[in-house]
Amino acid sequence: MNDARPNNDSRIVLEFRIKGMDFTTAGEAATGIKRTMTQLGMPADMIRRVASATYEAEINVVIHAHRGCLVAKIGPERIEICVEDEGPGIPDIDLAMQDGYSTAPTHVREMGFGAGMGLTNIKRCVDQMHLDSVVDKGTTLRLLFFSKGRE
Amino acid sequence: MADYYHSVTLDAEKCKGCTNCIKRCPTEAIRVRDGRAWIFEERCIDCGECIRVCPNHAKLAVTDSLDLVKAYPKSVIIPAPAFMGQFPTPDPGVVLSALRLIGFDEVYEVALAADAVSMAMRRYLKEHSSPRPLISSACPAVVRLIQVRFPALLDHLIKLESPMEMAAKIAKDTLGPEHGVFFVSPCPAKVTAIKQPVGRDKSAVDGAFSMSAIYAECLRQMEHAARAPLIPKASGYGMGWGRSGGETTIMGRDSLAVDGIHQCIKVFEEVERDKLAGLDFIEAQACVTGCVGGCLAVENPFVARVRVRNLAAERGAHGEEATPGLEQRLKSDYFTYLSEVKARPVLRLDDDISRAIDKLRQLEAVEDQLPGLDCGACGAPSCRALAEDIVRGYADEMDCVLKLRERVHGMAEEIVDLARHLPRSMGMKSHTQQSEDDDGEAG
Ligand SMILES: Nc1ncnc2c1ncn2[C@@H]1O[C@H](COP(=O)(O)OP(=O)(O)OP(=O)(O)O)[C@@H](O)[C@H]1O
Ligand code: SF4
Ligand code: SF4
Ligand SMILES: [Mg+2]
Repeated sequence: MNDARPNNDSRIVLEFRIKGMDFTTAGEAATGIKRTMTQLGMPADMIRRVASATYEAEINVVIHAHRGCLVAKIGPERIEICVEDEGPGIPDIDLAMQDGYSTAPTHVREMGFGAGMGLTNIKRCVDQMHLDSVVDKGTTLRLLFFSKGRE
Repeated sequence: MADYYHSVTLDAEKCKGCTNCIKRCPTEAIRVRDGRAWIFEERCIDCGECIRVCPNHAKLAVTDSLDLVKAYPKSVIIPAPAFMGQFPTPDPGVVLSALRLIGFDEVYEVALAADAVSMAMRRYLKEHSSPRPLISSACPAVVRLIQVRFPALLDHLIKLESPMEMAAKIAKDTLGPEHGVFFVSPCPAKVTAIKQPVGRDKSAVDGAFSMSAIYAECLRQMEHAARAPLIPKASGYGMGWGRSGGETTIMGRDSLAVDGIHQCIKVFEEVERDKLAGLDFIEAQACVTGCVGGCLAVENPFVARVRVRNLAAERGAHGEEATPGLEQRLKSDYFTYLSEVKARPVLRLDDDISRAIDKLRQLEAVEDQLPGLDCGACGAPSCRALAEDIVRGYADEMDCVLKLRERVHGMAEEIVDLARHLPRSMGMKSHTQQSEDDDGEAG
């Protein structure tokens, strides 16, 4: 599931695989990252922001893409999260970022997803966010969190 | 006083070190060492999961002895709402009378205080527009779980005293401070909440008796009590607090009830991810079925839950006022916590984040070397927990039986290998030959 790779800077690196339409394992990255942050004694509000954003990002891969990979780099002052997926990509990123915009199919909406609020929620939680996408190839979402509020 | 009080304790004589309990613990607070269980005091939240799972009855909930009553000039007994569910055909008036006949001057129903707390909670909901959902603080095991594992949710806790605490406070305020107040407890968590409260320095409750012990005492008084029943004052709403779902009935449609500590954890994870922000209120109880499922209760929890539900339905909305001047008191801070509820960051590896990161990296390196079977034979609940113990200096890699076997295997091979080599003095032919040749060349 996840492993800590040797790296020279003092950061913890966690890696998670995400499978499209696999709702049973969705949330494992958010839970794993939260556990790590708790063991590190990171501030409660930051744990919460990271847990919310990670979960939304994970679920987006589950719902909208085929498969993906989430890498979290956790340092004393900042956390970087990168979610890369293979999937349909997002044709119009500005549109996708709008509140309420969703292409989630009906059966997914019936499960309570697809309000079109995920990306908005992520934006609210992070200090920086970059979304890149190539249609028919995939999407990359980079998130950055600082432990001392927005810098 | 010791740093931590816990009602949950171990009877070392009975413990066989079977490791059944270590995996059930929601805060990974138990380890088996030297053939018996040990509890990390700073982690234990007194939820009672280990008491329920132990096949040898080696875990117990310490409660007070009835003799404690003698230390007070007057006494009041306050039964938890779940108590009514213990009797086959509960007649609340008779049960209350039996309780008093055991040897108390007065009885005050915790269910009646629950009626007042219900009103205070609805008011709290109106006055605090965020955060959402609010989480009930009535179950002390849940409050402690949040302190240890969900510090980000401390803001969500309703900072109002539990019906138990309020019952004791009201009883003392109305009957007089010379009264000792004694709680009939369904669980160790409540006992700990009395001995070492959260949200206040000292509890108004003076002692806690086990529900099962009081049940037995009550049975002896039933016949006599039936002839002179008391009149119950709590409404069906207050009585309903004894089971899961009781609080949500008063908190409106946008509320959710969850029972069982492991299910509570799942729901809190959702709250932490902001997935339940559409809800107003969460009733969370550590025991499956709610307080009727407490480990000091007598009756089957599901049977008791139906009884409490039916009793509450029969009783309906009719009830008396919990205390004179209730309206005024609801407007004041009579029901609120006196002190702040703080996080208990006992899971963190170090006070300093950078050092914690170093330790976590060591932990993951150690975990990589362990077999990943989570068999528990080392006495820790999982391989990762053993890795954590090793990094904290509490354990050694050789505590892992598979690691030990690997090592023994390696050593055995080495011994066999060594045994093949005969010392030169015993002379192996080829060896001798070689030496002579060497000598020859040199000469
Ligand atoms: N990883 C992704 N791959 C492809 N499309 C995506 C991806 N992430 C988001 N999108 C597109 O952006 C839209 C908006 O995403 P957003 O997370 O805000 O809403 P949603 O996932 O549809 O609903 P909600 O998150 O509220 O359940 C999605 O409906 C989808 O069209
Ligand atoms: S379950 Fe725990 S307390 Fe009970 S005998 Fe086994 S190790 Fe001991
Ligand atoms: S649910 Fe009730 S009985 Fe169980 S631990 Fe909480 S307060 Fe005690
Ligand atoms: Mg989404």
